[in-house]
This record gives sequence, C-alpha cells and structure tokens, in this order.
Amino acid sequence: MSQPATRLNSFDVTRVREDFPILHQTVHGHPLVYLDNGATSHKPRAVIDAVSHYYSADNSNVHRGVHALSERATVAYEGARGKVARLVNAGSSREVVFVRGTTEAINLVAASHVRPRITEGDEIVVSHMEHHSNIVPWQLLCKATGARLRVIPVTDAGELDMDAYADLLGPRTRFVSVVHVSNALGTINPVRRIVEMAHAVGAQVMLDGAQAAPHLTVDVQAIGCDFYAFSGHKIYGPTGIGVLWARPELLSGMEPYQGGGEMIRAVSFEETTYAEVPHKFEAGTPNIAGAIGLGAAIDYLDALGLEAVAAHEDDLLRYATEAVSQVPGLRIHGNARDKAGILSFVVDGIHAHDIGTILDRRGVAVRAGHHCAMPLMQRFSVAATARASFALYNTREEVDALVGALLHARELFDR
Amino acid sequence: MDLRDLYEEIILDHNRNPRNYPRHPDGTNRRAEGHNPLCGDQVTVNLVVDGDRIVDVGFEGNGCAISTASASLMTEAVKGMSVADAEALFERLHALLTDEHPVDPETIGKLSVLGGVKDYPMRVKCATLAWHTLHAALANAGDPVTTE
Repeated sequence: MSQPATRLNSFDVTRVREDFPILHQTVHGHPLVYLDNGATSHKPRAVIDAVSHYYSADNSNVHRGVHALSERATVAYEGARGKVARLVNAGSSREVVFVRGTTEAINLVAASHVRPRITEGDEIVVSHMEHHSNIVPWQLLCKATGARLRVIPVTDAGELDMDAYADLLGPRTRFVSVVHVSNALGTINPVRRIVEMAHAVGAQVMLDGAQAAPHLTVDVQAIGCDFYAFSGHKIYGPTGIGVLWARPELLSGMEPYQGGGEMIRAVSFEETTYAEVPHKFEAGTPNIAGAIGLGAAIDYLDALGLEAVAAHEDDLLRYATEAVSQVPGLRIHGNARDKAGILSFVVDGIHAHDIGTILDRRGVAVRAGHHCAMPLMQRFSVAATARASFALYNTREEVDALVGALLHARELFDR
Repeated sequence: MDLRDLYEEIILDHNRNPRNYPRHPDGTNRRAEGHNPLCGDQVTVNLVVDGDRIVDVGFEGNGCAISTASASLMTEAVKGMSVADAEALFERLHALLTDEHPVDPETIGKLSVLGGVKDYPMRVKCATLAWHTLHAALANAGDPVTTE
C-alpha cells in the first residue's frame, strides 16, 4: 500500500513537521496522525514564539499609550494587519478588520451592512453547502426584516448548481453569501463567476473563506467580492482571531457593530463620533496576541510558499482519494472537479461516530459528525460523515495509517 | 484497552439487528425524542404504559453502534417492568458507565455488555441517550431531551 512519498522540490514535509511541536507525540500508543485540520490546524513554533514573545516582552494595550511597550504592541498589532492585507491582496490594510473569527465577521456584515439596507421581500442568497455560521445569521436577519432566504442547490457531485443560481438571482436579490471552499465536501466554488453574476443584478457578495485561506491563494481584488472572511486558527494561527476584509467604501458607510472604547474619535453625552475604519469595528481591547500570532503564521506560510503548500495538499488529497477506495463499503461525499484538502466519507454499516472512536485508538484524529452543515447532510441523506482534512504537515504515510485504521474498523464490525 | 471490549459481539448484533425497531407500538401513550447534538444521533422512544407498568416499547431514529445497541437492549430490558424498576435500572447503568460507584454487573443483566463504554468518556452520552429519552417519556415531558 505504501509508496515512496513524492518529494516536491521546494517542499520538504519532514523538515516542515519539525516546526510543529505538537505533532511529535503518541496517542493510545500510536504516533499522532492529525487529520482534523478543517476543525483547527496546529501552530508552528514561530507562532507559539510570537505569542509568547508578545506576552513576555511587549504586552501592553494598543493605540492608547505613549510609553515604549504600548508603542511596540501597536506596531506589532498593526504590522499583523499589513500582513493580512498582503495575504489577500487588499488595496490597503485599512480594509482589514480584526474579529474573533469567520462567524463574527459574517454576523458583523449581516448586522452593520445588510440589515440597515434591506426591507421586506428583499432576498438573500446562500447555498445548500453552507456552514451553520453562514446560515443562521441570515435567518435571524430575515426574521427581523421580512426578507427572504434563497438557497442555491447542490448537485450529487457536491458542486453548486450554477444554472439554478442564475435562476435565483433577480431584482429582489440584495446580498449573496456563499462559502469559498466547503468544510464538509472540500468543493472549491467558482467564486469569480458567483460574484460576476450577483453584481450583474446589483447584489453584493460575501465569501466565507474559513477553509479556503489555508489552502488557496486568495486575491480579493481578482475575485471581485465585496466581503471576505476567514479564521486565524485554521491557517496555523491562534484561536479567537479572524479577519473581515471589505471594500473600503463599503466599510466607511457601515454602522458600527459594537460600541465602546477604541472605536471612537470623541464621546460626549450629546454625540459620539467614530474612529476611522477599520478601528470603528474594533470596540474594546482587541485580541492583540492573536493578531500578532496570525501575522507570524502568515510569515511562516509565505516562507514556505502557498503554492508549494497547495501542491503538497493536492498530492495528499489525490493519494488519499485513491487509497481509501480499498476500504470495502466506503463512499466519498463530495466529488467536485475542483477540491481542496477535505475527504468526507461514510462506510456501510459503520456509523461515522464509531469510525471516529476506532481511528482514535490508532492515533488517527478525524472529525465525525454533521460538520455544522446539517442541511447539507440532509441533502445527501446521511446523519453524519467522517472527515479527514489535510494540512501542510501531513504525509502519505499518514494517509496509509488512516486506511489501515479504516480496514481495522471494517474487520472489527464484520466479525 | 482493546476495541473488542467496547464493540462486544452482542453490541454489534444489536446494532445490525436492533430489536423493537423501528417500532411505534399500538396504543403508544408516552413518547419522547432525544438528540445528541455532538454527533447528530437522534432517537424517539415510544411507550405503552398501563398504570405503573411498561407494557410495550419501541424506538425509532438513527445513531452510532453504541447508541443503537443501547436503545435496543433497553427495549428488551424494560418491557414488562414497573416504571420504578426501569428508572432504577437506568440509575445503575449510569453509575456503571460513569464509574460513580461500584455496580454489581449481576444487577443489570445483559446490559453489562455496555460496561466497556466507561473507558471511552466521549461515548457515555451515546450509551445513555435512549435512557434519558425513556426517562423523559415516562415523565411525559413534551420537550425533546438532549445529552448536552
């Protein structure tokens, strides 16, 4: 089953693994095989050190002290914003708002941008493959405003039905919010076309990039979208930090999301004027260490080269797709032509939750469940799937361990 | 810890061929629905209760091997039991699975095959889902129960 790993010229996975302290442990007596990167990815030493350095050397509040520590913290925090701007090819770092994660970014856009501009009968479009975080905020908004939620269907292969999308768009379409890469299927959606078609009817577009940013080169200007969001912890950064990118003219016209310190210019009981964007959307002391850690993660990815990372993960996904076919009764959900990093499957007669437990006893960590995408699970008439999701530090040998553990599950349940 | 201690043959058998499933007995007068949001397991317990006695019981829904086998074993165990005895049985099973206090396996009969679950703390909720749902049905609480 095992073939020699292809060593890509520019990418040495053995060396890369040395950068991740957490990988070097055993679980239930087996080497850890971590294939739950879609839930969260591990952190390289550089990120852990950046967070630790901030707390040991620079810890201070940002934008409000004249002392040396505050200045250093502010420079590091704003420096991280610049790194994010370069990562997504934003026009300027002013277009980058730090939030807690993708979920908060979507809620922010729903509350501050869409809600004041929508009335009864207007339509918001999402897709059938959305994470709950890109469904529930829009449902809340529809409930409050009388707007209508429309859903782009998904084909059996796990792709968006683009003809049906074209039919959904119309004069009442105000806003489209879809996922760039599906967390449950791995499908890479044709985001440029999605944006073009929405813009043609005068609707704006938000993209949920939580699973895309770790795997693809994201260029918000080339995509042409209006809002883009992703989470730090899925891209090798800390938890509790995320990014909302928005076109600057849209940000300027938006209402604040939360009120408080940091987001104001002047406050009196008669009137408050707000700070400039992006600070207008960052009320209170932000997650300074998180932003700095995210900046370090982006530097780390830059040094490896996102294209080399993507090629490595692509190789793993192809290898794994082929390798799991030797497990009797295994069916893959999500067979899109364009996929990234995610292999979702069911095995006849063995519930995903049991797969999760059996694999864990072999040191193999996967996600088992509905992946916060219950409507999608219903679409495919499954209660749950098991999901292996790959990161830059995974290897073909780990895929072999996954397949070995799946064969063991088969044997255990067939006895 | 061998996985064979968790997936005992009796458990695999009840998973493959669940008893009293899917079943909604005639005269069902107590019913409750249970969810385990962690993994999406869902079970409905249907009861015919006459006075103090569980006359008939069936279940519907779907879940993992542990939750399905536990529900199936439960229906066999509690059919014909008094309500008080069924509740007491649940208490003993719960104590066994959570290692709260020692339980004599003799007092829970066939259910002792579920004992392996106590070494898998994440799976205790799977093994108790049907029982929590039974408890809710006996209390005739209309709201769905959840393991969270």
